[in-house]
Amino acid sequence: MAVAPTRTRKSARRQKLEAAIIYPLDWLEERSGLVGGLRYFLFRKVPGDTNWFHTLGSATLTAFLVQAITGVILAMYYQPDPNSAYQSINHITNDLTLGWLVRGMHKWGASVFIILLFFHMARVFLFGAYKYPRELNWIVGVLLLVSGMLEGFTGYLLPWDQTAYWATVVGINLNGTAPILGPFLADFLRGGAEIGGDTLSRFYSLHMLLIPGLIFALIGLHLYLVVRLGVTSPPWSREAAGGLGPDDDYEPARTNGRSGLTQPTARSAWRRNGGNA
Amino acid sequence: MMEPQHGDRPHLPGPSLYPIGFAAGIACILVGLIVNPKVIAPIGAVIAIVFGFLWARDATKEYRAVPEPIEPERHEPLQDAQALPANLGEPAMPESEPGERFPRSRFLEASTLGLGAVIGGLVTVPVVGFMVVPAFEGQGYPNVDLGPLDNFPEGKWLITTFYMHPEAGTVSRRTAYIRNNGQLNGEPSFTIISNRCAHLGCPVQPNGPEQPDQKKVVQGVKGQRITLVPTIPAGGFGCPCHGGQYDPEGNRTAGPPVRSLDRYEYSIVNGRLVLGKPYSVAHVEGEGKDAKIHAYKLAGPGQHVDGWEQILYPIQPPH
Repeated sequence: MAVAPTRTRKSARRQKLEAAIIYPLDWLEERSGLVGGLRYFLFRKVPGDTNWFHTLGSATLTAFLVQAITGVILAMYYQPDPNSAYQSINHITNDLTLGWLVRGMHKWGASVFIILLFFHMARVFLFGAYKYPRELNWIVGVLLLVSGMLEGFTGYLLPWDQTAYWATVVGINLNGTAPILGPFLADFLRGGAEIGGDTLSRFYSLHMLLIPGLIFALIGLHLYLVVRLGVTSPPWSREAAGGLGPDDDYEPARTNGRSGLTQPTARSAWRRNGGNA
Repeated sequence: MMEPQHGDRPHLPGPSLYPIGFAAGIACILVGLIVNPKVIAPIGAVIAIVFGFLWARDATKEYRAVPEPIEPERHEPLQDAQALPANLGEPAMPESEPGERFPRSRFLEASTLGLGAVIGGLVTVPVVGFMVVPAFEGQGYPNVDLGPLDNFPEGKWLITTFYMHPEAGTVSRRTAYIRNNGQLNGEPSFTIISNRCAHLGCPVQPNGPEQPDQKKVVQGVKGQRITLVPTIPAGGFGCPCHGGQYDPEGNRTAGPPVRSLDRYEYSIVNGRLVLGKPYSVAHVEGEGKDAKIHAYKLAGPGQHVDGWEQILYPIQPPH
Protein backbone atom coordinates (compact mmCIF):
# COMPACT_ATOMS: atom_id res chain seq x y z
CA MET A 1 0.00 0.00 0.00
CA ALA A 2 1.50 3.20 -1.08
CA VAL A 3 1.72 5.74 1.56
CA ALA A 4 0.48 9.11 0.43
CA PRO A 5 2.94 11.87 1.21
CA THR A 6 1.61 13.63 4.27
CA ARG A 7 0.66 17.21 4.01
CA THR A 8 2.72 18.16 6.97
CA ARG A 9 5.92 17.10 5.33
CA LYS A 10 8.07 20.07 4.75
CA SER A 11 9.75 20.80 1.50
CA ALA A 12 13.50 20.57 1.32
CA ARG A 13 13.69 24.27 0.77
CA ARG A 14 11.67 24.98 3.89
CA GLN A 15 13.77 22.60 5.95
CA LYS A 16 16.92 24.36 4.83
CA LEU A 17 15.40 27.68 5.70
CA GLU A 18 14.40 26.55 9.17
CA ALA A 19 17.81 25.05 9.77
CA ALA A 20 19.41 28.32 8.72
CA ILE A 21 17.30 30.19 11.24
CA ILE A 22 17.59 27.70 14.06
CA TYR A 23 21.31 27.07 13.74
CA PRO A 24 22.48 30.45 15.09
CA LEU A 25 19.85 30.30 17.83
CA ASP A 26 21.07 26.85 18.85
CA TRP A 27 24.64 28.11 18.72
CA LEU A 28 23.74 30.96 21.07
CA GLU A 29 21.65 28.79 23.38
CA GLU A 30 24.35 26.15 23.73
CA ARG A 31 26.93 28.73 24.70
CA SER A 32 24.87 31.11 26.83
CA GLY A 33 21.43 29.78 27.68
CA LEU A 34 20.09 33.20 26.68
CA VAL A 35 17.41 31.84 24.32
CA GLY A 36 15.99 29.61 27.01
CA GLY A 37 16.20 32.43 29.50
CA LEU A 38 14.30 34.75 27.21
CA ARG A 39 11.68 32.05 26.56
CA TYR A 40 11.33 31.52 30.30
CA PHE A 41 10.87 35.24 30.79
CA LEU A 42 8.39 35.76 27.97
CA PHE A 43 6.34 32.56 28.22
CA ARG A 44 6.17 32.16 31.97
CA LYS A 45 2.88 31.27 33.63
CA VAL A 46 0.60 34.11 34.64
CA PRO A 47 -2.88 33.93 36.15
CA GLY A 48 -5.58 33.25 33.60
CA ASP A 49 -7.58 36.32 34.55
CA THR A 50 -4.97 39.03 34.24
CA ASN A 51 -6.39 42.11 32.57
CA TRP A 52 -5.41 45.38 31.00
CA PHE A 53 -4.50 46.89 34.37
CA HIS A 54 -1.60 44.47 34.51
CA THR A 55 -0.03 46.17 31.48
CA LEU A 56 0.63 49.43 33.34
CA GLY A 57 4.04 48.27 34.54
CA SER A 58 5.16 47.41 31.02
CA ALA A 59 3.76 50.72 29.83
CA THR A 60 5.84 52.55 32.43
CA LEU A 61 8.91 50.59 31.37
CA THR A 62 8.24 51.53 27.74
CA ALA A 63 7.88 55.19 28.69
CA PHE A 64 11.20 55.03 30.51
CA LEU A 65 12.93 53.41 27.52
CA VAL A 66 11.56 56.18 25.28
CA GLN A 67 13.02 58.72 27.72
CA ALA A 68 16.37 56.92 27.73
CA ILE A 69 16.62 56.73 23.94
CA THR A 70 15.44 60.28 23.19
CA GLY A 71 17.65 61.56 26.01
CA VAL A 72 20.75 59.92 24.56
CA ILE A 73 20.04 61.54 21.18
CA LEU A 74 19.34 64.95 22.73
CA ALA A 75 22.66 64.74 24.59
CA MET A 76 24.39 64.68 21.19
CA TYR A 77 23.27 68.28 20.55
CA TYR A 78 22.73 69.78 24.00
CA GLN A 79 25.48 71.88 25.62
CA PRO A 80 25.38 72.06 29.42
CA ASP A 81 27.06 75.46 29.63
CA PRO A 82 25.31 78.49 31.14
CA ASN A 83 26.16 80.65 28.15
CA SER A 84 25.05 78.21 25.45
CA ALA A 85 22.52 75.80 26.99
CA TYR A 86 19.47 77.86 26.02
CA GLN A 87 20.82 78.47 22.51
CA SER A 88 21.50 74.77 22.01
CA ILE A 89 17.93 73.94 23.07
CA ASN A 90 16.70 76.53 20.58
CA HIS A 91 18.94 74.99 17.93
CA ILE A 92 17.55 71.52 18.65
CA THR A 93 13.95 72.71 18.55
CA ASN A 94 14.05 75.08 15.59
CA ASP A 95 16.94 74.20 13.31
CA LEU A 96 17.75 70.50 13.44
CA THR A 97 15.73 68.00 11.42
CA LEU A 98 13.11 66.34 13.64
CA GLY A 99 14.72 67.95 16.67
CA TRP A 100 11.35 69.42 17.67
CA LEU A 101 9.90 65.90 17.65
CA VAL A 102 12.60 64.20 19.68
CA ARG A 103 12.69 67.01 22.22
CA GLY A 104 8.90 66.98 22.36
CA MET A 105 8.91 63.24 22.97
CA HIS A 106 11.39 63.70 25.81
CA LYS A 107 9.54 66.65 27.33
CA TRP A 108 6.02 65.19 27.16
CA GLY A 109 7.26 61.66 27.70
CA ALA A 110 8.59 62.78 31.08
CA SER A 111 5.05 63.56 32.21
CA VAL A 112 3.76 60.34 30.65
CA PHE A 113 6.38 58.37 32.57
CA ILE A 114 5.46 59.91 35.92
CA ILE A 115 1.71 59.57 35.30
CA LEU A 116 2.09 55.91 34.33
CA LEU A 117 4.24 55.34 37.42
CA PHE A 118 1.38 56.58 39.58
CA PHE A 119 -1.23 54.53 37.68
CA HIS A 120 0.94 51.44 38.05
CA MET A 121 1.38 52.14 41.75
CA ALA A 122 -2.39 52.63 42.14
CA ARG A 123 -3.03 49.29 40.41
CA VAL A 124 -0.59 47.48 42.69
CA PHE A 125 -2.11 49.13 45.75
CA LEU A 126 -5.75 48.53 44.85
CA PHE A 127 -5.11 44.92 43.81
CA GLY A 128 -3.29 44.28 47.06
CA ALA A 129 -0.32 43.12 45.02
CA TYR A 130 2.12 44.67 47.48
CA LYS A 131 1.34 42.03 50.14
CA TYR A 132 3.43 39.05 51.14
CA PRO A 133 5.69 37.96 49.51
CA ARG A 134 5.97 41.06 47.31
CA GLU A 135 6.70 43.73 49.93
CA LEU A 136 10.29 44.10 48.75
CA ASN A 137 9.11 44.77 45.20
CA TRP A 138 6.88 47.57 46.51
CA ILE A 139 9.91 49.09 48.23
CA VAL A 140 11.96 48.85 45.03
CA GLY A 141 9.02 50.48 43.25
CA VAL A 142 9.01 53.36 45.72
CA LEU A 143 12.74 53.87 45.09
CA LEU A 144 11.97 53.91 41.36
CA LEU A 145 9.28 56.53 41.97
CA VAL A 146 11.72 58.72 43.90
CA SER A 147 14.36 58.29 41.19
CA GLY A 148 11.81 59.23 38.56
CA MET A 149 10.91 62.38 40.48
CA LEU A 150 14.61 63.25 40.78
CA GLU A 151 14.90 62.86 37.01
CA GLY A 152 12.05 65.33 36.65
CA PHE A 153 13.66 67.81 39.05
CA THR A 154 17.13 67.65 37.48
CA GLY A 155 15.82 67.64 33.91
CA TYR A 156 13.65 70.69 34.45
CA LEU A 157 16.71 72.96 34.82
CA LEU A 158 18.36 71.91 31.57
CA PRO A 159 16.45 74.19 29.13
CA TRP A 160 18.03 77.04 31.17
CA ASP A 161 15.21 79.49 30.55
CA GLN A 162 13.47 81.68 33.14
CA THR A 163 11.00 78.95 34.13
CA ALA A 164 13.78 76.40 34.52
CA TYR A 165 16.00 78.75 36.50
CA TRP A 166 13.41 79.99 38.98
CA ALA A 167 11.74 76.63 39.40
CA THR A 168 15.14 75.20 40.33
CA VAL A 169 15.84 78.12 42.69
CA VAL A 170 12.59 77.35 44.48
CA GLY A 171 13.18 73.58 44.39
CA ILE A 172 16.69 73.81 45.84
CA ASN A 173 15.63 76.31 48.52
CA LEU A 174 12.78 73.99 49.40
CA ASN A 175 15.38 71.28 50.06
CA GLY A 176 17.31 73.86 52.04
CA THR A 177 14.48 74.17 54.57
CA ALA A 178 14.92 70.55 55.71
CA PRO A 179 16.01 70.52 59.37
CA ILE A 180 19.72 70.37 60.30
CA LEU A 181 21.15 69.12 57.00
CA GLY A 182 18.91 71.17 54.69
CA PRO A 183 21.35 74.07 54.20
CA PHE A 184 24.10 71.59 53.32
CA LEU A 185 21.85 69.65 50.96
CA ALA A 186 20.99 72.89 49.16
CA ASP A 187 24.68 73.81 48.79
CA PHE A 188 25.46 70.31 47.54
CA LEU A 189 22.70 70.50 44.92
CA ARG A 190 23.83 73.96 43.78
CA GLY A 191 27.49 73.01 43.81
CA GLY A 192 28.06 76.15 45.88
CA ALA A 193 26.33 79.00 47.64
CA GLU A 194 24.70 80.35 44.49
CA ILE A 195 23.25 78.81 41.33
CA GLY A 196 25.75 78.97 38.51
CA GLY A 197 27.46 77.00 35.80
CA ASP A 198 28.38 74.25 38.25
CA THR A 199 24.71 73.74 39.07
CA LEU A 200 23.83 73.22 35.42
CA SER A 201 26.58 70.70 34.67
CA ARG A 202 25.94 68.95 37.99
CA PHE A 203 22.23 68.57 37.24
CA TYR A 204 23.09 67.42 33.71
CA SER A 205 25.39 64.70 35.04
CA LEU A 206 22.84 63.57 37.63
CA HIS A 207 20.07 63.65 35.05
CA MET A 208 21.74 61.66 32.30
CA LEU A 209 24.27 59.43 34.08
CA LEU A 210 23.79 58.81 37.78
CA ILE A 211 20.01 58.58 38.18
CA PRO A 212 19.31 56.71 34.90
CA GLY A 213 21.95 54.14 35.89
CA LEU A 214 20.23 53.77 39.24
CA ILE A 215 16.84 53.41 37.54
CA PHE A 216 18.13 50.73 35.15
CA ALA A 217 19.54 48.76 38.08
CA LEU A 218 16.33 49.10 40.09
CA ILE A 219 14.20 48.06 37.08
CA GLY A 220 16.36 44.95 36.74
CA LEU A 221 15.74 44.08 40.38
CA HIS A 222 12.03 44.92 40.02
CA LEU A 223 11.61 42.60 37.03
CA TYR A 224 13.65 39.84 38.66
CA LEU A 225 11.26 39.90 41.60
CA VAL A 226 8.22 39.97 39.30
CA VAL A 227 9.44 36.86 37.50
CA ARG A 228 10.48 35.10 40.69
CA LEU A 229 7.29 35.81 42.63
CA GLY A 230 4.80 35.71 39.76
CA VAL A 231 1.97 38.04 38.81
CA THR A 232 -0.92 38.57 41.24
CA SER A 233 -4.46 37.73 40.23
CA PRO A 234 -7.04 40.48 40.45
CA PRO A 235 -8.74 40.62 43.86
CA TRP A 236 -12.00 39.27 42.42
CA SER A 237 -10.27 36.19 41.02
CA ARG A 238 -11.40 32.76 42.20
CA GLU A 239 -8.16 31.11 41.23
CA ALA A 240 -4.87 31.11 42.99
CA ALA A 241 -2.33 33.07 41.05
CA GLY A 242 0.02 31.02 38.96
CA GLY A 243 -2.57 28.40 38.10
CA LEU A 244 -4.40 28.21 34.81
CA GLY A 245 -7.72 26.58 35.69
CA PRO A 246 -9.17 23.18 36.55
CA ASP A 247 -9.10 21.84 32.99
CA ASP A 248 -5.62 22.90 32.13
CA ASP A 249 -2.78 20.69 33.12
CA TYR A 250 -1.54 22.75 35.97
CA GLU A 251 2.16 23.07 36.41
CA PRO A 252 3.23 24.71 39.60
CA ALA A 253 5.15 27.82 38.77
CA ARG A 254 8.78 27.89 39.76
CA THR A 255 7.92 29.96 42.77
CA ASN A 256 7.25 27.12 45.21
CA GLY A 257 3.59 28.07 45.06
CA ARG A 258 4.26 31.35 46.78
CA SER A 259 2.73 33.44 44.03
CA GLY A 260 -0.87 32.84 45.08
CA LEU A 261 -0.64 33.89 48.65
CA THR A 262 -2.51 37.13 48.26
CA GLN A 263 -5.57 35.14 47.21
CA PRO A 264 -8.14 34.46 49.94
CA THR A 265 -8.35 30.70 49.32
CA ALA A 266 -4.66 30.18 49.04
CA ARG A 267 -4.07 32.41 51.97
CA SER A 268 -6.40 30.48 54.26
CA ALA A 269 -4.72 27.22 53.20
CA TRP A 270 -1.43 28.84 54.00
CA ARG A 271 -2.73 29.79 57.44
CA ARG A 272 -4.03 26.27 58.08
CA ASN A 273 -0.58 24.97 57.43
CA GLY A 274 0.75 27.23 60.07
CA GLY A 275 2.47 29.55 57.64
CA ASN A 276 4.16 26.83 55.62
CA ALA A 277 3.09 27.24 52.03
CA MET B 1 37.31 38.72 78.39
CA MET B 2 36.03 35.29 77.44
CA GLU B 3 33.71 33.52 79.80
CA PRO B 4 34.49 29.89 80.36
CA GLN B 5 32.59 27.66 77.97
CA HIS B 6 30.33 25.16 79.62
CA GLY B 7 27.11 23.48 78.66
CA ASP B 8 25.35 24.82 75.59
CA ARG B 9 25.90 28.42 76.47
CA PRO B 10 26.20 30.39 73.22
CA HIS B 11 29.68 31.30 72.18
CA LEU B 12 29.58 35.06 72.54
CA PRO B 13 32.37 37.50 73.18
CA GLY B 14 32.24 39.16 76.56
CA PRO B 15 31.44 42.83 76.94
CA SER B 16 34.16 45.20 75.85
CA LEU B 17 34.67 48.94 76.12
CA TYR B 18 36.82 49.15 73.00
CA PRO B 19 33.97 49.46 70.44
CA ILE B 20 32.44 52.24 72.53
CA GLY B 21 35.74 54.09 72.59
CA PHE B 22 36.06 53.55 68.82
CA ALA B 23 32.57 54.95 68.24
CA ALA B 24 33.35 57.92 70.47
CA GLY B 25 36.46 58.58 68.37
CA ILE B 26 34.44 58.48 65.13
CA ALA B 27 31.86 60.84 66.65
CA CYS B 28 34.70 63.12 67.69
CA ILE B 29 36.02 63.14 64.11
CA LEU B 30 32.60 64.05 62.70
CA VAL B 31 32.00 66.80 65.22
CA GLY B 32 35.56 68.03 64.78
CA LEU B 33 35.15 68.26 60.98
CA ILE B 34 32.44 70.84 61.58
CA VAL B 35 33.73 72.58 64.69
CA ASN B 36 37.48 72.57 64.30
CA PRO B 37 38.95 70.37 61.56
CA LYS B 38 42.55 71.09 62.52
CA VAL B 39 42.51 70.21 66.21
CA ILE B 40 39.45 68.24 67.27
CA ALA B 41 39.18 66.01 64.21
CA PRO B 42 42.78 64.67 64.53
CA ILE B 43 42.19 64.03 68.25
CA GLY B 44 39.13 61.99 67.29
CA ALA B 45 41.19 60.17 64.67
CA VAL B 46 43.81 59.26 67.27
CA ILE B 47 41.14 58.01 69.68
CA ALA B 48 39.49 55.98 66.91
CA ILE B 49 42.80 54.46 65.78
CA VAL B 50 43.90 53.54 69.31
CA PHE B 51 40.59 51.99 70.28
CA GLY B 52 40.22 50.38 66.85
CA PHE B 53 43.61 48.75 67.32
CA LEU B 54 42.74 47.57 70.83
CA TRP B 55 39.39 46.29 69.64
CA ALA B 56 40.92 44.40 66.72
CA ARG B 57 43.58 42.95 69.02
CA ASP B 58 40.95 41.87 71.52
CA ALA B 59 38.67 40.39 68.88
CA THR B 60 41.43 38.35 67.25
CA LYS B 61 42.94 37.14 70.51
CA GLU B 62 41.67 33.62 70.00
CA TYR B 63 42.99 33.37 66.46
CA ARG B 64 46.40 34.61 67.43
CA ALA B 65 46.72 32.42 70.51
CA VAL B 66 49.06 29.47 70.22
CA PRO B 67 46.82 26.48 69.52
CA GLU B 68 46.68 23.95 72.29
CA PRO B 69 48.41 20.78 71.26
CA ILE B 70 45.91 18.09 70.45
CA GLU B 71 46.73 14.43 70.79
CA PRO B 72 46.89 12.94 67.31
CA GLU B 73 44.13 10.40 66.81
CA ARG B 74 45.44 6.87 66.90
CA HIS B 75 43.86 4.08 64.93
CA GLU B 76 44.35 0.83 66.75
CA PRO B 77 44.68 -1.75 64.04
CA LEU B 78 41.97 -4.36 64.28
CA GLN B 79 43.18 -7.72 65.36
CA ASP B 80 41.99 -9.78 62.41
CA ALA B 81 42.08 -7.10 59.78
CA GLN B 82 43.79 -7.99 56.58
CA ALA B 83 45.64 -5.35 54.68
CA LEU B 84 43.44 -4.25 51.78
CA PRO B 85 44.89 -4.13 48.30
CA ALA B 86 45.53 -0.57 47.23
CA ASN B 87 42.88 -0.59 44.48
CA LEU B 88 40.11 -1.52 46.97
CA GLY B 89 40.91 0.83 49.77
CA GLU B 90 39.49 4.30 50.10
CA PRO B 91 41.49 7.01 48.40
CA ALA B 92 43.86 8.67 50.75
CA MET B 93 42.47 12.06 51.85
CA PRO B 94 44.84 14.47 53.43
CA GLU B 95 43.44 15.09 56.90
CA SER B 96 43.48 18.70 58.00
CA GLU B 97 46.33 19.31 60.33
CA PRO B 98 45.32 19.07 63.97
CA GLY B 99 45.00 22.49 65.50
CA GLU B 100 44.73 24.29 62.18
CA ARG B 101 42.29 27.13 62.88
CA PHE B 102 42.58 29.23 59.76
CA PRO B 103 42.74 27.16 56.61
CA ARG B 104 44.25 28.46 53.42
CA SER B 105 40.92 28.78 51.60
CA ARG B 106 39.50 30.99 54.32
CA PHE B 107 42.61 33.12 54.21
CA LEU B 108 42.20 33.55 50.46
CA GLU B 109 38.49 34.41 50.83
CA ALA B 110 39.21 36.99 53.47
CA SER B 111 42.09 38.50 51.54
CA THR B 112 40.03 38.73 48.34
CA LEU B 113 37.18 40.46 50.12
CA GLY B 114 39.55 42.67 52.08
CA LEU B 115 41.52 43.65 48.99
CA GLY B 116 38.26 44.43 47.20
CA ALA B 117 37.14 46.60 50.08
CA VAL B 118 40.46 48.44 50.11
CA ILE B 119 40.31 49.09 46.36
CA GLY B 120 36.67 50.17 46.63
CA GLY B 121 37.52 52.55 49.44
CA LEU B 122 40.53 53.96 47.61
CA VAL B 123 38.28 54.76 44.65
CA THR B 124 35.17 55.86 46.53
CA VAL B 125 36.66 58.23 49.07
CA PRO B 126 38.31 60.65 46.61
CA VAL B 127 35.40 60.44 44.15
CA VAL B 128 32.76 61.23 46.77
CA GLY B 129 35.01 63.91 48.24
CA PHE B 130 35.40 65.46 44.79
CA MET B 131 31.64 65.38 44.34
CA VAL B 132 30.77 66.93 47.70
CA VAL B 133 33.60 69.08 49.05
CA PRO B 134 34.05 71.70 46.25
CA ALA B 135 30.46 72.82 46.84
CA PHE B 136 31.53 74.03 50.30
CA GLU B 137 34.97 75.43 49.50
CA GLY B 138 35.81 79.00 48.58
CA GLN B 139 32.17 80.04 48.75
CA GLY B 140 32.13 83.71 49.50
CA TYR B 141 30.72 87.01 48.39
CA PRO B 142 33.22 89.42 46.82
CA ASN B 143 33.01 93.14 47.37
CA VAL B 144 31.28 94.85 44.46
CA ASP B 145 32.06 98.46 43.60
CA LEU B 146 28.71 100.09 42.78
CA GLY B 147 30.16 103.40 41.61
CA PRO B 148 30.31 106.97 43.02
CA LEU B 149 27.92 108.07 45.75
CA ASP B 150 26.58 110.78 43.43
CA ASN B 151 24.64 108.08 41.61
CA PHE B 152 22.55 107.49 44.74
CA PRO B 153 20.52 110.65 45.45
CA GLU B 154 19.31 110.97 49.00
CA GLY B 155 15.90 109.48 49.83
CA LYS B 156 15.50 107.73 46.45
CA TRP B 157 15.15 103.98 45.92
CA LEU B 158 17.23 102.51 43.09
CA ILE B 159 16.81 99.07 41.57
CA THR B 160 20.50 98.24 41.35
CA THR B 161 21.58 95.37 39.13
CA PHE B 162 25.18 94.17 39.15
CA TYR B 163 27.32 91.10 38.50
CA MET B 164 28.51 89.19 41.56
CA HIS B 165 31.18 87.49 39.39
CA PRO B 166 31.49 89.45 36.13
CA GLU B 167 33.61 86.69 34.58
CA ALA B 168 30.76 84.16 35.10
CA GLY B 169 28.36 86.21 32.98
CA THR B 170 24.62 86.61 33.22
CA VAL B 171 24.17 83.76 35.67
CA SER B 172 25.80 85.86 38.40
CA ARG B 173 23.58 88.91 37.91
CA ARG B 174 22.01 90.08 41.19
CA THR B 175 19.61 92.81 42.18
CA ALA B 176 19.47 94.95 45.31
CA TYR B 177 17.14 97.77 46.30
CA ILE B 178 19.28 100.66 47.52
CA ARG B 179 18.23 103.85 49.25
CA ASN B 180 20.53 106.63 50.40
CA ASN B 181 19.31 107.57 53.89
CA GLY B 182 21.44 110.71 54.19
CA GLN B 183 24.07 111.38 56.81
CA LEU B 184 24.26 109.46 60.06
CA ASN B 185 27.00 110.57 62.50
CA GLY B 186 28.87 112.20 59.63
CA GLU B 187 28.80 109.06 57.47
CA PRO B 188 26.43 108.34 54.58
CA SER B 189 23.82 105.76 55.55
CA PHE B 190 22.33 103.26 53.10
CA THR B 191 19.52 100.73 53.15
CA ILE B 192 20.52 97.87 50.84
CA ILE B 193 17.91 95.15 50.57
CA SER B 194 18.45 91.92 48.64
CA ASN B 195 15.72 90.98 46.19
CA ARG B 196 15.92 87.31 47.24
CA CYS B 197 12.58 86.42 48.79
CA ALA B 198 12.86 84.99 52.31
CA HIS B 199 10.32 82.32 51.41
CA LEU B 200 11.99 80.28 48.65
CA GLY B 201 14.28 82.70 46.87
CA CYS B 202 12.26 84.17 44.01
CA PRO B 203 13.03 87.80 43.04
CA VAL B 204 10.81 90.26 44.91
CA GLN B 205 9.51 93.25 42.97
CA PRO B 206 8.82 96.80 44.19
CA ASN B 207 5.15 97.51 44.86
CA GLY B 208 5.10 100.85 43.11
CA PRO B 209 6.07 102.53 39.86
CA GLU B 210 9.46 102.07 38.24
CA GLN B 211 11.02 104.83 36.20
CA PRO B 212 12.96 103.11 33.43
CA ASP B 213 13.30 106.36 31.50
CA GLN B 214 15.74 107.53 34.21
CA LYS B 215 17.82 104.37 33.92
CA LYS B 216 21.53 104.86 34.40
CA VAL B 217 24.26 102.42 33.37
CA VAL B 218 27.67 102.45 35.04
CA GLN B 219 30.52 100.53 33.41
CA GLY B 220 32.90 99.07 35.95
CA VAL B 221 36.16 97.21 35.73
CA LYS B 222 36.47 93.59 34.50
CA GLY B 223 33.15 93.61 32.68
CA GLN B 224 31.22 94.88 35.70
CA ARG B 225 28.09 96.65 34.53
CA ILE B 226 25.74 98.31 37.01
CA THR B 227 22.26 99.49 36.07
CA LEU B 228 20.32 101.86 38.29
CA VAL B 229 16.55 102.29 37.79
CA PRO B 230 14.66 104.58 40.18
CA THR B 231 11.52 103.19 41.77
CA ILE B 232 8.98 104.25 44.39
CA PRO B 233 8.16 101.12 46.40
CA ALA B 234 5.46 102.86 48.42
CA GLY B 235 3.80 99.50 49.05
CA GLY B 236 7.06 97.79 49.90
CA PHE B 237 8.04 94.66 48.00
CA GLY B 238 6.10 91.63 46.77
CA CYS B 239 7.12 88.23 45.48
CA PRO B 240 5.55 86.98 42.23
CA CYS B 241 5.98 83.28 43.06
CA HIS B 242 3.93 82.66 46.19
CA GLY B 243 2.71 86.11 47.18
CA GLY B 244 5.04 87.04 50.05
CA GLN B 245 4.70 90.75 50.95
CA TYR B 246 7.18 93.07 52.66
CA ASP B 247 7.13 96.68 53.79
CA PRO B 248 9.76 99.14 52.44
CA GLU B 249 12.18 98.13 55.22
CA GLY B 250 11.86 94.49 54.18
CA ASN B 251 9.72 93.34 57.11
CA ARG B 252 7.31 90.59 56.23
CA THR B 253 3.73 91.85 56.18
CA ALA B 254 1.89 88.92 54.59
CA GLY B 255 2.36 85.58 52.94
CA PRO B 256 4.68 82.63 53.52
CA PRO B 257 8.13 84.22 54.18
CA VAL B 258 9.63 83.27 57.55
CA ARG B 259 11.67 86.44 58.14
CA SER B 260 12.53 89.83 56.67
CA LEU B 261 14.39 90.36 53.41
CA ASP B 262 18.17 89.87 53.53
CA ARG B 263 20.42 92.92 53.42
CA TYR B 264 23.97 93.65 52.25
CA GLU B 265 26.82 95.07 54.27
CA TYR B 266 28.39 98.11 52.62
CA SER B 267 31.31 100.46 52.94
CA ILE B 268 32.30 103.79 51.48
CA VAL B 269 35.71 103.69 49.79
CA ASN B 270 37.08 106.86 48.18
CA GLY B 271 33.60 108.27 47.71
CA ARG B 272 32.29 105.10 46.12
CA LEU B 273 29.65 102.71 47.45
CA VAL B 274 31.07 99.19 47.87
CA LEU B 275 28.74 96.26 48.46
CA GLY B 276 29.86 93.68 51.05
CA LYS B 277 28.50 90.34 52.21
CA PRO B 278 24.79 89.67 52.46
CA TYR B 279 23.30 88.84 55.85
CA SER B 280 19.92 87.69 57.09
CA VAL B 281 17.49 89.81 59.05
CA ALA B 282 14.87 88.61 61.53
CA HIS B 283 13.07 91.94 61.59
CA VAL B 284 13.73 95.67 61.50
CA GLU B 285 12.52 98.27 63.98
CA GLY B 286 12.27 101.86 62.83
CA GLU B 287 13.14 102.93 59.34
CA GLY B 288 15.73 104.63 57.23
CA LYS B 289 18.95 105.60 58.95
CA ASP B 290 17.36 105.07 62.40
CA ALA B 291 16.46 101.47 61.63
CA LYS B 292 17.45 98.90 64.22
CA ILE B 293 18.27 95.73 62.32
CA HIS B 294 18.14 92.34 64.01
CA ALA B 295 20.91 90.82 61.89
CA TYR B 296 22.01 87.19 61.66
CA LYS B 297 24.51 85.18 59.64
CA LEU B 298 23.26 84.61 56.09
CA ALA B 299 20.73 81.77 55.98
CA GLY B 300 18.97 80.23 53.01
CA PRO B 301 15.44 81.26 52.09
CA GLY B 302 12.77 79.61 54.20
CA GLN B 303 15.12 79.08 57.14
CA HIS B 304 14.24 80.68 60.46
CA VAL B 305 16.96 82.75 62.10
CA ASP B 306 15.11 83.56 65.32
CA GLY B 307 12.31 82.10 67.44
CA TRP B 308 12.26 78.48 68.54
CA GLU B 309 12.42 77.31 64.91
CA GLN B 310 16.06 78.42 64.69
CA ILE B 311 17.05 75.14 66.41
CA LEU B 312 16.14 73.46 63.10
CA TYR B 313 19.08 75.18 61.41
CA PRO B 314 21.92 75.08 63.94
CA ILE B 315 24.80 75.13 61.45
CA GLN B 316 25.12 76.99 58.19
CA PRO B 317 27.61 75.94 55.49
CA PRO B 318 30.65 78.23 55.26
CA HIS B 319 29.82 81.20 53.09
